[in-house]
Amino acid sequence: MNGPADTARSHRDTVTLVVDGVSVAAVRGQSVAAALLSRGGATAWHVRTSVTGAPRGPLCGMGVCFECRATVDGRELVRTCQETVRDGMRVDTAAPAAAPRACPAIPAVPRHGSCDVLVVGAGPAGIAAASAAATAGADVIVIDDNPAPGGQIWRGGAARPEGGARFFPGTAVVTVTPSGAIQLQDAVGTRQVVARRIVLATGARERFVPFPGWTLPGVVGAGGLQALVKQGLDVAGRRVVVAGSGPLLLAVADVAARSGARLEAIAEQADRVRLAGFAAWLVAEPAKLVQAVGLARTTAAVYRLATFPVAVRAAADGLVVTLRSGRPGRERDRDVACDILACGFGLVPNTDVARAFGCAIGADGVVVDERQRTTRPDVLAAGECTGIGGVDKSLVEGRVAGLVAAGAGATAAPLLAEVRRARQFAARLLDTFALDPRLRTLASAETVVCRCEDVVAERLRGFTGWREAKLLSRVGMGPCQGRVCGTATAVTCGFAPDDVRPPLVPVPTGALADAVSP
Amino acid sequence: MDVVIVGAGIVGAASALALARAGCRVTVVEERFPGGGATAAGMGHVVVIDDSPAQIALTSRGRALWESLAPHLPAAAEYRRPGTAWVAADDDELAEAAAKAERLAAAGVAARLVGPAELARFEPALRPGLAGALVVPDDAVVYPPPVAAWMVAEAIDAGARLRRGVAATAVEPGGVLRLTDGGRIEADAVVVATGAAAARLVPGVPIRPRKGHLVITDRAPGLIRHQIVELGYVKRAHDVGTDSVAFNVQPRATGQVLVGSSRQIDVTAPAVEPKLLETMLARCFDYLPRLATVPAIRAWTGLRAATPDGLPLVGPWPAIAGLWLATGHEGLGITTAPATAEGLVAGLLGRDAVVDPAPWLPARFLAVPVEAAR
Repeated sequence: MNGPADTARSHRDTVTLVVDGVSVAAVRGQSVAAALLSRGGATAWHVRTSVTGAPRGPLCGMGVCFECRATVDGRELVRTCQETVRDGMRVDTAAPAAAPRACPAIPAVPRHGSCDVLVVGAGPAGIAAASAAATAGADVIVIDDNPAPGGQIWRGGAARPEGGARFFPGTAVVTVTPSGAIQLQDAVGTRQVVARRIVLATGARERFVPFPGWTLPGVVGAGGLQALVKQGLDVAGRRVVVAGSGPLLLAVADVAARSGARLEAIAEQADRVRLAGFAAWLVAEPAKLVQAVGLARTTAAVYRLATFPVAVRAAADGLVVTLRSGRPGRERDRDVACDILACGFGLVPNTDVARAFGCAIGADGVVVDERQRTTRPDVLAAGECTGIGGVDKSLVEGRVAGLVAAGAGATAAPLLAEVRRARQFAARLLDTFALDPRLRTLASAETVVCRCEDVVAERLRGFTGWREAKLLSRVGMGPCQGRVCGTATAVTCGFAPDDVRPPLVPVPTGALADAVSP
Repeated sequence: MDVVIVGAGIVGAASALALARAGCRVTVVEERFPGGGATAAGMGHVVVIDDSPAQIALTSRGRALWESLAPHLPAAAEYRRPGTAWVAADDDELAEAAAKAERLAAAGVAARLVGPAELARFEPALRPGLAGALVVPDDAVVYPPPVAAWMVAEAIDAGARLRRGVAATAVEPGGVLRLTDGGRIEADAVVVATGAAAARLVPGVPIRPRKGHLVITDRAPGLIRHQIVELGYVKRAHDVGTDSVAFNVQPRATGQVLVGSSRQIDVTAPAVEPKLLETMLARCFDYLPRLATVPAIRAWTGLRAATPDGLPLVGPWPAIAGLWLATGHEGLGITTAPATAEGLVAGLLGRDAVVDPAPWLPARFLAVPVEAAR
C-alpha cells in the first residue's frame, strides 16, 4: 500500500510530539492518533478517559466518534485521527482544565469565497464529481474533513481531484446559512463559501452494535482499523480479529494482513444462505467477483459465516473476544485472544449535511433522482450518502453529479445505465448483509451505548423516540452528536437521531459567531 | 374535582402533581412526551426577578418551593445552587445593582454587592474592568426535562392519568376538551398549560411567542461558577417590541456551559439564525472572552410565551366557562412552575393563596369584568 507510513518509513523521517509532557517519536505523515497508538505498551490504546472515568481508545478512525480527542497545541476537542503530526506538536489527553486556559487567537476576519460547484467530501464520489465538474469547465472547490483526499472506507479512482479543482483538506461543514452559504471550519478558523451548485459526497460511517466490552481500548471499527492503518498505525505482528458484517470485513482483513498483522479470525454475521445468493449475483458482475475473490484468497482460512462477537474482555496481554456461531438454539461460543478487535456491522450513509440543507432523506440515504439531484434544486448528492453501494457506485454517481452540477448534464446520459446497475448492486448488498436479530440484544443492562456520555443500555429502555431518550438519558448529547450511538440505538432501540442542529461538528464557540456573510 | 391539564411541560407537570396530591382526579393530555417543549429548550435558571412586587413574590415563592422539592428530585434533575452573579459593566450599572440589592433585601431575598476585585476572585474568567456584581447566592439551576417526567410519574402514582400522543383541538364552555383523535374529555376544569401554543388553542389569549437561542459547550469545568447575567438583562427582557440579546451563561453540573440569551418577538421558525447567534455570542465574548475558545456542541432555539405586561396568566379565563390558563411565564416558567401549581390548587379548590393571585389573573386582559363573566 502507499500509506504515509510506508513512504515515511523509507525516508526514516521522524518528528517528535510532546504527549502529556512526554516526548514521543512519530513518523512524518502519520495521524496523531496513529502516532499515539503506535507508542507500544499495554496502555497505548488508552487515549482518552470517559466522563465516568473509563479508558477509551479510537473507534472510527474517520473523525466521527471523538474517542481519540485531545487538546492539540491549545486547540480543544481535536480529533487526533484527523490531525497530521508536526514536529514539536503538544498533545494533551486529559480533559482541558478551565483556568488558566490557552486562548489561541481566532482570526478576526473570516475568509470567504465563492465557486460554481462546491463538493463536500473527497472520497471516490467527491473526487469523481469534482474532476468531472472541473473538466467540464466549472470553478470547483472540494472540501474534506480529513487531512488527505481519497475517502475513508472504499478506495479507488483518482487520489486527487483533477481538472483544476481547488482542494481544502481538514475542513468541516459547520452549518448552512439561511441564504444557502456554507460555513466551514478548519484548523485556522472559519471560512464561508457561496456556491451555485453543491454536490454532497459525504460518504458513510460504520454501524456499531454495542456488546459487553465494546468500549475497551483496542476495540476499533473495522473501517476504523483500515483508516488508522492508512494513517500510519503499525500493526505488524499484532493479533487481529475482524468481526461484523459486509464486504468491508474482507477488505480490512486484507489490509491488516498485508501490513503484517496476524489474522486470528474474521467473523461475518450473515449466513451461508444469504451469502450464496450474493455470490451467485456476483457472477453476473465479473468485476465485482474478481474483487471479492482477490481479497478473500489471503483471508479465506479464517473467514467464518454466521459468527458474531458477543463479548470482549481485557486480558493480561490484550483482549479475549467471545465469538458465537451457529443458528439460534445450536450456538457455539469460542474465545479468541487478540490485540485488536476490529468491529463494524455495515455502513450507514452520512446525511447530516443534506439534512442541514433540508434535502429529503429516505430509508437508504439522501433521496436523489437518476441524475443525482436531491429535493433541493441547487444540491446534488452522490456515492454512499445516497445509499451504500461501494466504490463503483460512488465513482459513477460522482461523475454524473459533477457533470450535472457543471451544467453539462447532457454528457452524463451514457452513464445512467451504469448508475442503475450500481444501485441494483447496492440494494442487493443491503439485503445480503441484513443484521441477524440476535445482534439487537447483545448489550447487557450495563453496556455503554453512548460513549460520549456513558449512557448504558438500561437507561435507554422505555422511550418512544430519539428526542425523548436524548433529553432524559443524555444519549447523543456529547461531541459525536449521536453519530455513533445513533447507529447503535437504531439497532437496539429502534430509534435514531432524526434532526440536525448547528454546529454539525463541534467548533470553538467563537467560530459560531463568524457565521454571517460580510 | 375532575381536572384535565393540556400540556405536560414543567407548568402542566407541576400542576398535575399538585392537583393530584390535593385529591383531584387529574388527566394530563400531552401530544409528545413530558418536558419536551419549551421546558427542554430553556436554561433551567431558578432565579428571583425583582422588576415588580408581583414578580418578586412569584419568583421567590417559586424558588422556595424548588428548594423544598430538591431532596426528592431524581439525580438527573441536576439541581444545584450556584447562585446568580448580576454583573455591572460600569458605575451606572453598579448603582442599579445597589438599588436591586435594596429591593431584594426588602423582599427578604439574600443578596450581596461585590466589587471588582472580589468579582475577579469569584469569576476569574470574566474580563477585567467590570465594576462589580450583585451576587444572589440562593438562586439555583436545574435540568428541567427529567423533572417534568418525574412530576408526571409522581402524579400518576397519586392517581393521575396521562394521555400521550393526542393533542387538544378546542376547549368548549363547561369544561369540554376536544381531541385530535376525535375524542372528548369532560371535566370540572380544563387547564391549558401549553406555553406559547396556548393562543392557538384559546383564541384571544394575549400570548405572543418569543424565540430564544441557546448554545451548549463541551465540558469546561470551573470556567464559571455562578450563573452570570449582565444587569441589563431584565431591562432588555422587558422591551417586548424589539429583538435583543444579553450575556447570560450558566455552569451545568456536567461542567458544560449553557450560553444565552436572545429574544425575538413573534418569530416562530425553529431554525437557528446565524446572524442572531453572532450578535448574542459577541455579547457573551465581551464579558467572557475565554468562552470563544471552548468548543460549542449544539445550538438550538425555543419559544417563550410572552404576555403584554410580563406577568403570567394563571387562573380562570372568563370568556370560556370552565377554562383555566397556566401559561405566559416568558422566561420564568421553570422558576415559577411550582408556585403556579400551588396557585392553581388554591384557585380551583377555593383555598387560601400563599401568593396574592390578583396580578396573574388572566381576566386583567378582558374588557368584560370578571364577576360578570362568572
